[in-house]
Amino acid sequence: MAGFPILSVMLLVPLLAAVACLLVEARTARWTALIATLVNLGLGMVLWANYDIGGAQWQFVERAAIFSGFEWKLGIDGIALMLIMLSVFLMPICIGASWEAIEKRVGEYMAAFLLMETLMIGVFAAQDIFLFYIMFEAGLIPMYLIIGIWGGQDRIYASYKFFLYTLLGSVLMLIAMLWMVHEAGTTDVPTLMAYDFDPKVQTWLWLAFFASFAVKMPMWPVHTWLPDAHVQAPTAGSVILAGVLLKMGGYGFIRFSLPMFPEASAQFAPLVFALSMIAVVVTSLIALVQHDMKKLIAYSSVAHMAIVTIGLFAFNPQGLEGAMIVMLSHGLVSGALFLCVGVIYDRLHTREIDRYGGLSINMPYYALFFLLFTMASIGLPGTSGFVGEFLSLAGIYQISTWVALVCTTGIILGAAYMLYLYRRVAFGEQKNADAAAMPDLDKREWLLLAPIAAVVLWMGVYPESFMAPMRADIAALDARLARAKPEGDAHLTAPKPKAATTTEEHAAHGGAH
Amino acid sequence: MDFVQSFRLTAPEVLFSLSGLVLLLAAAWSRSDTSARVITWLAVAVMAVGAALVAPTLLGGASGPQTLAFSGLFAATAFAAFAKLLIIAAAAGSLVVAPAFFQRVGAYRPEYPVLVLFAVLGMCLMVSSTNLLTLYIGLELNSLAAYVLAAFLRTDDRSAEAGLKYFVLGSLASGILLFGTSLTYGFAGTIDFAGIAAALNGKISTGAIFGLVFVFAGLAFKISAVPFHMWTPDVYEGAPTPVTAFFASAPKVAALALTVIVAMTAFGHQVAAWQPIVIFAALASIVVGALGAIGQTNLKRLLAYSSINNVGFLLIGLAVATPKGVAALLTYLAIYVAMTIGGFVALLMFKGADGEPVEDLRDIAGISRHRKVLAACFAMIMFSLAGIPPLFGFWGKFVVFQAAVDAGMVALAAVGIAASVIGAFYYLKVVKVMYFDEPAMKVTGKSDWMHQALLAICALAISPAGYLLTKCLDGLSTSAAASLITP
Repeated sequence: MAGFPILSVMLLVPLLAAVACLLVEARTARWTALIATLVNLGLGMVLWANYDIGGAQWQFVERAAIFSGFEWKLGIDGIALMLIMLSVFLMPICIGASWEAIEKRVGEYMAAFLLMETLMIGVFAAQDIFLFYIMFEAGLIPMYLIIGIWGGQDRIYASYKFFLYTLLGSVLMLIAMLWMVHEAGTTDVPTLMAYDFDPKVQTWLWLAFFASFAVKMPMWPVHTWLPDAHVQAPTAGSVILAGVLLKMGGYGFIRFSLPMFPEASAQFAPLVFALSMIAVVVTSLIALVQHDMKKLIAYSSVAHMAIVTIGLFAFNPQGLEGAMIVMLSHGLVSGALFLCVGVIYDRLHTREIDRYGGLSINMPYYALFFLLFTMASIGLPGTSGFVGEFLSLAGIYQISTWVALVCTTGIILGAAYMLYLYRRVAFGEQKNADAAAMPDLDKREWLLLAPIAAVVLWMGVYPESFMAPMRADIAALDARLARAKPEGDAHLTAPKPKAATTTEEHAAHGGAH
Repeated sequence: MDFVQSFRLTAPEVLFSLSGLVLLLAAAWSRSDTSARVITWLAVAVMAVGAALVAPTLLGGASGPQTLAFSGLFAATAFAAFAKLLIIAAAAGSLVVAPAFFQRVGAYRPEYPVLVLFAVLGMCLMVSSTNLLTLYIGLELNSLAAYVLAAFLRTDDRSAEAGLKYFVLGSLASGILLFGTSLTYGFAGTIDFAGIAAALNGKISTGAIFGLVFVFAGLAFKISAVPFHMWTPDVYEGAPTPVTAFFASAPKVAALALTVIVAMTAFGHQVAAWQPIVIFAALASIVVGALGAIGQTNLKRLLAYSSINNVGFLLIGLAVATPKGVAALLTYLAIYVAMTIGGFVALLMFKGADGEPVEDLRDIAGISRHRKVLAACFAMIMFSLAGIPPLFGFWGKFVVFQAAVDAGMVALAAVGIAASVIGAFYYLKVVKVMYFDEPAMKVTGKSDWMHQALLAICALAISPAGYLLTKCLDGLSTSAAASLITP
């Protein structure tokens, strides 16, 4: 692998395919996009296979000083690796989801998605702070077009809101970045992560970054762009928004805010906790009363992202690992749920929950998949959702038992709104004839949902595969945060030594026999 | 000072004056359409030669006393060379697109290239000026040519109105500037910039402050900075589109470069006196340019407000008052010229079936369906003007704000960049109209190959590929800024 610029190639493949898609007609564009995303998935697997767990913190590093003021510098650690894998895994599924649903301007649509893929990988792989910013911001353009051209009724309003909201959040971050680079004299992210800024200035820098990441995440009360954008975007657009774009906010916290400003992070942790607690309870309650399926899932995303933020600001490895797993799990599960909505939307062209009912009778396989993802969203043990939420809440318990208490209600409310949704859609009477006449999943839809289901179960049963690459990086981050760690109110003590002795004795006996 | 040396330093200007006179004679005797085209291409060729003469000055980073010509009346520094190259590029760009536009109404005349050539000569004098007299001569030579150009479509009322408005308000600005220079002369006792700087060192008298304020007010008129911007939308809308492209690019470069020269050399020791003025003008331009554009339905007026908005960002580079700020301003100017020329060329390509210009925002609705490349280029220019990465327009804003942050003016940078979000709204609106709305099918006319080629060059320059130029731009603008500001 040495010397092969695999990350640059992964950026280049979708970019070239995007240009190609603009020039060809619809059918070829679909195949071009699918092949390019599959090639990138293959490259992603090569990347994972060659990632040396326990090796250097930054691997596959490439650099080229071709710009003035910043560098083309790429490289990944375990955290970035997992998020890149999530992106490349979801992309072919998005293309597949749009195979038949998108009929007009197919070439441009595929080009926008492929461009999006390049930028997403670029965000996670960038090791230069300005390169990161460029990739981070550039994603607005294709997403604006995706929502605006192929979206639903209120697409124009939603696209403006999405663009301007996120832009306003990000520009302040740019000023903070400029200041940091001026102060530290480097644009290199790993160096900046180890640089100790004056705690007084950290406060301002943290707030500037927070303005950007909180909008992207999104945190209550700046989440209002999300339900609009989700509902109006086409199915694949929602999958990418929920699956990967929201993770950019979490990635920003874990890559920038926490390691670069540990003191300020500790200082603002109560703010984050307060916003997260409100988000968990309020958005879950809002989700409970939705009539629109996509809106319901969008609000549930806000609630899940709040679990991510409390995990991140728990200042311990459990919380951080939990936050990462929730992000990965939410990427898969909410993406899959949007696909499930898309499947029936393609048949009946409505997202109104009341128009469906009793789908488990005429669409048994669909109901099965939908049930699995519903359970994963709730956090049933055995699915990916459980692992992440459990770790996050265990992490936050050490810092604040009250926050843990309030956020755990989110799991119960989550069960309430998801099961309520499932009951209304899949169970009960078949009250609408047209809904009752819908055919079950076809081959294409099987191919979209089955891989996600497999990974959701894999992550739920054996999360070690996903946690192992990140462990060293989380530990490094935890060590970095140690000096600012707030004292928790849980005062956990080690288990009684007596029990341990018994087991040891037992083991010793066992060995003797 | 020997004359050979002086003529060598002023070679581009001498070339422009002589060839301008020769072409004027040629224009007087040959009135046909073909000869107008030939003269256009001759003027472009002259400009190319002029650019070739200027380039070594920039690449060599010329500065210091050996750049002074004619007893210090003229300075051929790297800074001036940078500005001259931009001026020549912008003027040549707006010259080559003109014939196709005027031909439709049968109004193309050989005076057009000659006037542009004289305007370029005036601008070259402006950016090379080292004293108030050269400044004024250059400015007036440029302005007089520009007044005539604005009214070039003699049969069109709007064009005549634009010319008159431009003349009246431009003369007023010149008067204000002249008043300011006379006050400055009175209090400094010299018209030489270096002499003024030496005289106005330390505490400044109230009278000299008046002089300074009037000089800046006059210059603000020329760069259409708020609060002296009112003429811009009217003149831009009324003037023929190739002329508007010219106004929005070359004279902006020249007037901004001149403002930088005056601020950093003549009033170089009085930064505290002019900095608040420039900061106010910068922020006010950003906000007024952005808010004013929101309600516009005419694309030319919209681009006029956009240029007011951009001047605000450019002025932030000057407000910083460091060599880095000046270098950032120059970098932004280079990108701004590419975006402006590209934007107006795209506008020229919005034509109806009979070639009549389409200028209303509603009429370009949905053109992404039937004019894909044109729409994509114009959308790129819009995003670039809004400063959204990865388009190259972002880099201009980036270097300007970086200079501001490095100089410790974080609050200015934060306010400026937050205000840029307002501007993003109307650029997005244009993209929305082109991409999201149902086609109005008004833009059906064929484009001239010259327009297509120029648009392609501009689009390539502002595309992400433009970042490959950052090293080159950075090096040139830094050496240019260093040649102006001697530490």
